[in-house]
Amino acid sequence: MRTPETVVTAGAALLADALDGQAVATRRVDWRPPSGDPAALAAVMGDRRRRPANAQALAAMLAAEACLVDVRPAAEVLGLEPGRFLHAGPPLDWARASGPLRGALVGAMLLEGLAGDPAEAERRLAAGDGVSWEPCHHHGGVGPMAGVVSPSMWVFELRDDVHGHTSWCTLNEGLGKVLRYGAYGPEVIDRLQWMGRVLGPLLQGAVRSAGPVDVRAIVAQMVQMGDEGHNRNRAGTLMFLRELLPALIDSGAPSRDVAEAVRFVSGNDHFFLNLVMPACKLQTRAAAGIPGSTVVTVMSRNGTDFGIQTSGTGERWFTAPANTPEGLYLGSYGPDDANPDIGDSAITETAGLGGMSMATAPAIVRFVGGSVPDALATTQRMYDITVGENPAFAIPILEFRGAPTGIDVTAVLRSGVLPQINTGMAGRVAGTGQVGAGLVTPPVECFTQALDALAAAT
Amino acid sequence: MTRTLEVRSGVYVDSVTLMQVSRRVAAVEGVDAALVAMATDLNLDLARGMGFEVPAGVGPNELLVAVDATGDAALAEALRRLDEALHEQRPAPTGFGAPPAALTVRAAARGLDPASAVALVSTPGRHAFSDAVDAVDAGLTTLVFSDNVPVEQEVALKRYAEQDGVLVMGPDCGTAVIGGVGLGFANVVRPGPVGIVAASGTGAQHLMCLLDGAGIGVTHCLGVGGRDLSEAVGGLSTLRALELLDADPDVELVVVVSKPPSPAVAEAVRRRAERLGTPVQLALLGPGRPDLTASAREVARSLGHEWSAPEHWAGAPGRGRPGGFLRGLYSGGTLCDEAMLVAGERLGPIASNIPLDPADALAPGLASRGHTMIDFGDDALTRGRPHPMIDGSLRVERLRAETADPTAGVLLLDVVLGHGADPDPAAGLAGPVQEAVAAGLPVVVCVVGSREDPQDLRRQCGRLTEAGAAVHRSNAAATRAALDLLEPAEEDR
Repeated sequence: MRTPETVVTAGAALLADALDGQAVATRRVDWRPPSGDPAALAAVMGDRRRRPANAQALAAMLAAEACLVDVRPAAEVLGLEPGRFLHAGPPLDWARASGPLRGALVGAMLLEGLAGDPAEAERRLAAGDGVSWEPCHHHGGVGPMAGVVSPSMWVFELRDDVHGHTSWCTLNEGLGKVLRYGAYGPEVIDRLQWMGRVLGPLLQGAVRSAGPVDVRAIVAQMVQMGDEGHNRNRAGTLMFLRELLPALIDSGAPSRDVAEAVRFVSGNDHFFLNLVMPACKLQTRAAAGIPGSTVVTVMSRNGTDFGIQTSGTGERWFTAPANTPEGLYLGSYGPDDANPDIGDSAITETAGLGGMSMATAPAIVRFVGGSVPDALATTQRMYDITVGENPAFAIPILEFRGAPTGIDVTAVLRSGVLPQINTGMAGRVAGTGQVGAGLVTPPVECFTQALDALAAAT
Repeated sequence: MTRTLEVRSGVYVDSVTLMQVSRRVAAVEGVDAALVAMATDLNLDLARGMGFEVPAGVGPNELLVAVDATGDAALAEALRRLDEALHEQRPAPTGFGAPPAALTVRAAARGLDPASAVALVSTPGRHAFSDAVDAVDAGLTTLVFSDNVPVEQEVALKRYAEQDGVLVMGPDCGTAVIGGVGLGFANVVRPGPVGIVAASGTGAQHLMCLLDGAGIGVTHCLGVGGRDLSEAVGGLSTLRALELLDADPDVELVVVVSKPPSPAVAEAVRRRAERLGTPVQLALLGPGRPDLTASAREVARSLGHEWSAPEHWAGAPGRGRPGGFLRGLYSGGTLCDEAMLVAGERLGPIASNIPLDPADALAPGLASRGHTMIDFGDDALTRGRPHPMIDGSLRVERLRAETADPTAGVLLLDVVLGHGADPDPAAGLAGPVQEAVAAGLPVVVCVVGSREDPQDLRRQCGRLTEAGAAVHRSNAAATRAALDLLEPAEEDR
């Protein structure tokens, strides 16, 4: 035993002061009482599987690959039949569905020709007449905002060969009046039809001839270029386009179509988000199902509920009413217009990007309501609630420290710090579209429920 | 009169700091009473006792602020002073890009080398387990100062640490010295050949100070927690600590100090000790066993040191009140145990909140009954408030009550110095001691301290003798001196 040089102290400041008096360095914990059932917390903290299980979960997340291998219609990839839809977040029925989710389902009905007009679509959806929906996550995929997927929509197909998993996500439709924000007007349906008719097949050809595209490698670069991968994807989008551009030009498709497709992709800074999301899903899915692990593998919202899953509890959802984001509003919209938090896009935070890596994106921090020092503090705070760091996603301004990775339920409850999520805001009323963007956190109840379940499984 | 009761969420401050904050607020002119405390059941009762109506649904994670002032100006000043005091306590990031303060032990321990770092956990007992697990996960030798940790959690924690070969000291361990660094309540003693394993905080302090007084130094003192040698815990940390000290080439002699242990566990420790390369001396308190001073003498003898009896200074001359009983008011649990063992030999059963025999337990309320000794450091008396070695107010209250009690014959007290303890305990005791002596109640004090302790041993002893107390550096000697002062009742003569 050696004379200690440093003492970590938690609790009475007086005892730490006494160490100062002996010229011993202290690292003082700004301790606060944990949330949740103390007995459950003790059971989980004392579970001997926890530490190795979390190390295994982290290692799996860091090892996961994400290559774009194909672009195909959802009907083909998922065997989705007419009248069956997927959506973001945990499961819910029509009665509890939020405005944007209802709007997106209406839009999908119109797109699939299952209803002649929105009123008819709503009637059939409300009655469950030949229609059904379930979470994207139940099929290994992710959907942004309302996340509604119908059979004719095209999806990116990504592959993790290390763990043998596939994930997918729809093609990004752009901003404003779009289906994922619950809009379903004629321009929304027209755009989706063009995406299925022109954009999807063009991307498919390009990926098949130039691919696979290493999405994880692009994410690693975008993080160093000021994108946090959730609310800012500008560098990622351009890098992705750069990968496919020669193949698009070489495709032999009419140059008008190619130009329109390129204009559409490069004119939409969020196009790459729909590739970051399934890449993150592959990363978090690699960590799923490890008994004893307290690592969060899914954070997701359906506009009504926020739901999480943890590695040690498999596919069980822990849900609570979703919070409403705080942030900046487009045009004349205001807080009263915003729907509660919605979308599978919090998978980016689950994987350590987005709000978790806010420090890397000073260009957006003001947009999501913060200052640069706030952003630096936020990411550094996130290290307190994660199992480790992802060296592949290095944040330059933090001396290339890796993205905080592997949110730990016990650390969240003990620190009182909730994962920071950067997000878009959908209009509360079906058909509105996007009203703003901002910051949100999950409700703490998701984590206290997960803790109880983890404790029951010890 | 102006009163206010506020409940603040999202704020946590430890009980010692809150006591200091409360004092500062209460010191504002025009403030009659102030309670700034976490809203534990105990503290909610205190607020109700002050006549406040506490809103429903307030929990222990919230900060309770109750102020009773003579007017609006005083109240406003009190709240201003409160915010100022609380604000001082919050560590804040400094400078652009500075990382915020760690919120968990795990975060604070990240990247530390277990060979050169230790952890000191003093969070509330019901939460300390998780904080200690973090420290064990980081491979850090861990001292759990917190009391009120359930014994099942103590066993779980020590078993958890066992698989990593990490030493857990405590819970309810007030004292440790590792390579000269004192953790918790620790005296400043010279380095030397003795390694101590202590299932007793004040017992370890007393032994260290006695050895230091005899010129014998200590390498490490590993406090394993008062329950470690109980049946339930089975000596888990004692056995680990023995191995660590045996492996340390600087340790020439190991001493195991304990309150009365479970006989079976004591036997297991004895067997393990016999297998070690380093000689081990067992200083386990119990009926018919040597007191701590005798054990210190034995250590000195083993190491070939000269021994002279620990110093003492006579107080005001006099005898105890005729027919009065011995009243011991202790801040150290082991010192209280030792005093009961020593006194019990002459007086028979002694009533206590930590009785040697359960039959002698005091009733709730702890009213004195014949010969009585109270350990103010007992868990039941420290829930939601600082240890009596930090805040002696509860004991001073009792001292005054004993002075007023005609059945009290002689008072016996301990004063423990060292890092972590009250910076000037004699200041708080001198007045009440003087009053007791003036009222014909002799006071005998055992001062546990070393010459290098920050409180200045000489000054503390001097202050107490000036107040009229007899002062001893040996608790056993102090107890015997108190017994000598007891005036038997007329009919017993």
